[in-house]
Amino acid sequence: MFLSLSIICLTVAVLLAQVNKMTAKPIADAKAMKLQNAISEVVPAFDNDPVAEAYRMPVGTGDSLLVYPAKKGDKVVGYAVNSSSNNGFSGEIQIMIGFDMEDRLINYAVLQHAETPGLGSKMTDWFKNKEKPSQSVIGRDLSQGALAVSKDGGEVDAITASTITSRAFLEAVNRAYQAYSESRENAYSGASPKNAAGKSNDEAGEIKKEDNSHE
Amino acid sequence: MNNNLKVLINGIIKENPTFVLLLGMCPTLATTSSAINGMSMGLATMFVLICSNMVISMLKNVIPDMVRIPAYIVVIATFVTIIEMVMNAYVPALADSLGIFIPLIVVNCIVLGRAEAFASKNGVFASIFDGAGMGLGFTLSLTVLGAVRELMGTGKIFSTNIYPERYGSLLFVLAPGAFIVLGYLIAIFNKLQHK
Repeated sequence: MFLSLSIICLTVAVLLAQVNKMTAKPIADAKAMKLQNAISEVVPAFDNDPVAEAYRMPVGTGDSLLVYPAKKGDKVVGYAVNSSSNNGFSGEIQIMIGFDMEDRLINYAVLQHAETPGLGSKMTDWFKNKEKPSQSVIGRDLSQGALAVSKDGGEVDAITASTITSRAFLEAVNRAYQAYSESRENAYSGASPKNAAGKSNDEAGEIKKEDNSHE
Repeated sequence: MNNNLKVLINGIIKENPTFVLLLGMCPTLATTSSAINGMSMGLATMFVLICSNMVISMLKNVIPDMVRIPAYIVVIATFVTIIEMVMNAYVPALADSLGIFIPLIVVNCIVLGRAEAFASKNGVFASIFDGAGMGLGFTLSLTVLGAVRELMGTGKIFSTNIYPERYGSLLFVLAPGAFIVLGYLIAIFNKLQHK
């Protein structure tokens, strides 16, 4: 009795080890691919390897977010921030959020969520609907202050019947912006006068906004 | 062969695991928010059912009676782990949407139930057919359940639009809709069967 159960377990263990060996690489590839896709979706074209250059940026107390710098040549063209929120309707929400160098949100990609299908799950597209600027977060300038849903006095329309999910989503966006602005401050490291840079960025941003409304 | 066919049909109609035996209700209710999710859950369960039925019927004379349940569970868990790894490797999007319910196939009572009630008493081929029949029955009912919920909730079946989404009632995608639709489908199934 003892022997037969042991033999069964042993055989099974060998079999599983084999399958694990076979699938380990495809699983790792699929994960890396997903990350890579999410990054290139949310930042301008780049030619470095953001995953290799990723670093952790502390946000708030005892928390940090992964930041992926996207560079063209030696110049940083944008940052992708892997942000998360635990205040969703169910489970953790993980989002990849991209910023350009003018405090504007370029795009986002939801990496992981367990929100209600048909309600909270709409966040994958809801906040990038170009036809409805009041619900889209694309192109918003976060240096004007944190984003909030209209119910809380903000400017972003929440997903119908999913205010909790929408709040959690915007919380993740705001956290990502914190990590992003810290990253930029570190990148300047006092080398260039910050005010002048900010001004020229604002003008560039205005033009960019026009572009967005055309699309 | 004829007998095997009977076993196969038995799983789909007379002893349909969802509508007649009412086994494995947890994945049935939780994963059928869309037709494709229901179908994939059904297919994954079918794979596990066929493999575990086959192996257990082969081992039935080797496994002592006293440790048969742990032995069955080890066999079932093995196949579930294999399919989970394979799904993560080759269809990561689907694995994400089914989430925790793939590992939970281990505790699906259909699988252990068939191992105990059928595979441990019958030959290899009959057991394979029983697994296939039960699996098909499970897959079909989950697909139908998922399709009805998706249609009523979002106006789509397999993500193809049937009518505009704004006429859909969200209730059907949420948990209460699962119970309501399941109840009506069982009623319809019983009516058809007893005619």
